[in-house]
Amino acid sequence: MKNTHKLAIAGAAIALTMASTTVLAAARDYVSVVGSSTVYPFATVVAERFGKSTGNATPKVESTGSGGGMKLFCSGVGTIHPDVTNSSRRMKASEYKLCQDNGVTDVIEVLIGYDGIVVANSKAREPMQLTRKDLFLALAVQVPGADGKLIANPYKTWKDVNPALPNTKIEVLGPPPTSGTRDAFSELAMEGGAKKFADLAALHGSKDAGEIKMLMAKLDIPESVFNKKGKTVFKAVAHAIREDGHYIEAGENDNLIVQKLEANPNALGIFGFSFLDQNSDKVQGSIVEGVEPEFDTIANKSYPISRPLYFYVKKAHIGVVPGIEGYLAEFSSEKAWGEEGYLADKGMIPMPTELRKQYATSIKSQQLMTEPK
Amino acid sequence: MTDLKNGSVKQANLNLSRTEIIERSLAKRYRAEKRFRCYGIMAIVFGLMCVALLFTDIISKGYKAFAQTYIQLEVTYDANILGITDLNDPQQVALGDFQGIVKQALKNRFEGVSGRKAKRELYGVISNGAGYRLRDRLVANHQLLNQSETLWLVADDDIDTYYKSMGSDAGPFVGRMSEQRQGWIEQLTEADEVELRFNRNFFVQGDSREPELAGIRGAAMGSLFTLIITILLSFPIGVAAAVYLEEFAPRNRWTDLIEVNINNLAAVPSIIFGLLGLAIFINFFHVPRSVPLVGGLVLTLMTLPTIIISSRAAIKAVPPSIREAAIGVGASPMQVVLHHVLPLAMPGMMTGAIIGMAQALGETAPLLMIGMVAFIVDVPGGFTDPSTVLPVQIFLWADSPERAFMEKTSAAIMVLLAFLIVMNTLAVILRKKMERRW
Repeated sequence: MKNTHKLAIAGAAIALTMASTTVLAAARDYVSVVGSSTVYPFATVVAERFGKSTGNATPKVESTGSGGGMKLFCSGVGTIHPDVTNSSRRMKASEYKLCQDNGVTDVIEVLIGYDGIVVANSKAREPMQLTRKDLFLALAVQVPGADGKLIANPYKTWKDVNPALPNTKIEVLGPPPTSGTRDAFSELAMEGGAKKFADLAALHGSKDAGEIKMLMAKLDIPESVFNKKGKTVFKAVAHAIREDGHYIEAGENDNLIVQKLEANPNALGIFGFSFLDQNSDKVQGSIVEGVEPEFDTIANKSYPISRPLYFYVKKAHIGVVPGIEGYLAEFSSEKAWGEEGYLADKGMIPMPTELRKQYATSIKSQQLMTEPK
Repeated sequence: MTDLKNGSVKQANLNLSRTEIIERSLAKRYRAEKRFRCYGIMAIVFGLMCVALLFTDIISKGYKAFAQTYIQLEVTYDANILGITDLNDPQQVALGDFQGIVKQALKNRFEGVSGRKAKRELYGVISNGAGYRLRDRLVANHQLLNQSETLWLVADDDIDTYYKSMGSDAGPFVGRMSEQRQGWIEQLTEADEVELRFNRNFFVQGDSREPELAGIRGAAMGSLFTLIITILLSFPIGVAAAVYLEEFAPRNRWTDLIEVNINNLAAVPSIIFGLLGLAIFINFFHVPRSVPLVGGLVLTLMTLPTIIISSRAAIKAVPPSIREAAIGVGASPMQVVLHHVLPLAMPGMMTGAIIGMAQALGETAPLLMIGMVAFIVDVPGGFTDPSTVLPVQIFLWADSPERAFMEKTSAAIMVLLAFLIVMNTLAVILRKKMERRW
C-alpha cells in the first residue's frame, strides 16, 4: 500500500514541476549577470552590496567566461535570458551581429576599469626584468631567425633569449586558450613583442594583399596561412604560443598557479593583478619594459600589459526586471568604482575621473552602443 | 646432458617419501602465503594513509575557519551621522550611514590618526558587514538612537588572517597589512579588545565576497532542495522500472537492450547529463537557470541508473520460494510484489538510493551547464530560488583571490565530508539492521 502512495506523490511532484515552470518562465525578480571570470570578483562585490544595502533581491552572478557570456546575453530578449554580461574585452563585431539577429538591438556599453596581467615568479628568486620582445621570443611557436625568416623557436633558457637574463630554463605557467586572460596576454604582450621586428610590424600594419604576400614570402610563412585578405596572418604568427613544454597550460585557477610558482622558484606564471595583490608574500611581479606592475602604473597605463573591463546591459530589460537600474547605479557610484572605492580594494584599477563621469552619464541617459569595428 | 640431469633429479625425487616432498615445499608455500597477505595489508595501509593525509591536510587548513576575529568597540548611534530623524521611515533607515558610526567609533578608539591613507586603513579594520548588524540592532530597538553601547564587531578578513597567524612558527602573515595596522592590532591585543570567537556567520549566512561574512547556509539549503527533488523523482521512477524489469518483463531482445543501456548510462560521465539538462529542461521547457528544480531534474537523470541497478539487485535477492508461497495461497502478481517482494527488498533499495544521493550531493560537473555555478548571496527559500550547492561553493571559494577564503574552502570541504559520512553510515546501518538473510 505504501508504494501506491509513493507513486501518487511522484505524480504530484511531476505535475507541480510542470505547473510551476510555466508560471516561473514569466517573471524574475532578481537581476541575472553572466560573463567574464575576470570581472566576476568585482561584479559579485557590487551585487552583494546592492542587495544588502537596498533590500532588493541580490543579483545572481555567473562566471561563464567573456565569450560564453556574450552567447547567453545575445540569445534573445525575455526574462529567461540574462540582463547583463561582463567582459574582459570589447564586444566583437560578430557578437554584436548575433545580438542584432536575435532581437537584442539596444545594448548599453560600460567601461568599468582596468586589470593588469602580471608575469610573476617566486619571492625566492630575484624579480625578472623582461620586455615584451623577450616574452614573444620565449613563448612564440615561430620566431625570426638570423636571416629574418621565421624558424621554429630554438630558445631553451632565458639567457638564450636575452643575455641579460638568468641562465634558467624557460618555464611559464599560464591560462589555456579558452581564457580571457590568455586572449589579453596574446594581444598585449605577444603582439607588442612581435611588433618589435620590422617585418612583422609591417605585416601588422599592411592592408594590401600584395604587400602581405610579399612579406609572407620574405618571412617564409606558408601560403596556406593567407585568408580573409591577409588580415589574420599577423595574428597567426603573434598569437601562437609554443606547445613544446616551455609554456605549461595551468587551467583557469589562478590560485593553483601561485601554489605551483611557490613549489618551483624557476618558473614564471601569468595571471591577473588581483591575485598578485593578495599573494604578495609568496610571489612578485616581473618588471616589464622597466615598469613594475603596481596599482598606479596600471592606472596610468605605463605598465604595458593591462586591459579594459566592460559590461553590457540589455536596455529592453530595464524596467521589466526589477533592480537593474539600482545595480547599475551602485556599480557606477564613486564609492564603488572610484579611486578609493571598494572595487579598488578588490584589485580593480579605476579609470580616470573624466571617463568615469562619461560612463556614469551614459548609464543614466541609457545611451546605446554603436556597432564595434 | 640436461635431459640426463633432469632425469636424475626426478629419480632422486621419486626416492623421497611423499611427506618429505610436502615438507620441503611447505616453507615456500608458507612464505608465498605470507607475501600474499602482506600485499593486501600494504594496499589497505596505502589507502588509509591517503585518507589520513587528506583529512589532516583539510582539517589543519580548515579548523581555523570555525573561529572569527572580533574587535570590541564602543559605538554611538549618533542620529546626525546616521542621517536619521524618524526611525519608522524605512527609506531613511535603508539609506542610513551605519558604516559612518563604525568609523566614528574607530576614530574615537585610535585618536590622532590623520591623513587620507591612514584613515582608510583604520576604517578597513572592521568588516563592512558591521554596519548591517548595527542597522538590525537599531531597527529591533528604537531606544538605542543617540545611545552608546559596547559591542564585539567582526574584523576585516586581512585582520582575521593576521591575528590567527600571529602565534604560528613562520611568523604572522603580513600580506597587505601596513605596519601602522599591525600596531593597532597590538594595542587592541594588549587591551584585550580583540579575540577569537565561534564563527556563527559561517553557518547562518549565504555566500559573500567578504570572507569574514561568507557562510555555507545558502549552499547547504541549495543542496537540500536539489536533493529533495532528486529523491522524489528518482526513487519512485527507479523502483518502478526495477520492479517491471525484474518481475513482469518478458526475457527478450528488447529487455536485454534496455538492460545494457541502463548499465551503460551508469558509466556515462556526469557532464553529459548536464548538457542534456541544458538542452531539454532549459532550452526546450524553459525552466529557469540556476534553480534547485533544474538541478534536481538533471541529478535525477544521473542517479536513476544507480538506483535501478541496486533496486534490481535487491529484488533479485528475494528468494523465489517467497513468491511461490504467495502465489500458492492465491495472491495476484501485483499482490506478490506489493505485499512480499517490495517490503523485503526495501532495505537494499534504500541503501542504493542513499548511495545514489551521496553521489548526487558531491556532483558539480552537470551543474556547470545549467547555471548553478554562480554567486548567490540570498539563502534560497524554495525550489525556484536561484542557488548553488555545497561542492560548487567549494569550487567558487577555492578560486577566489582573497587569502582568507583558503580556510573557508577547507572548512566547507569538512562540512561536505560530514554530510557524506552521515549518509554512507546511514546506508550501512540500514543494511545491517533491516536486511534479512536467507
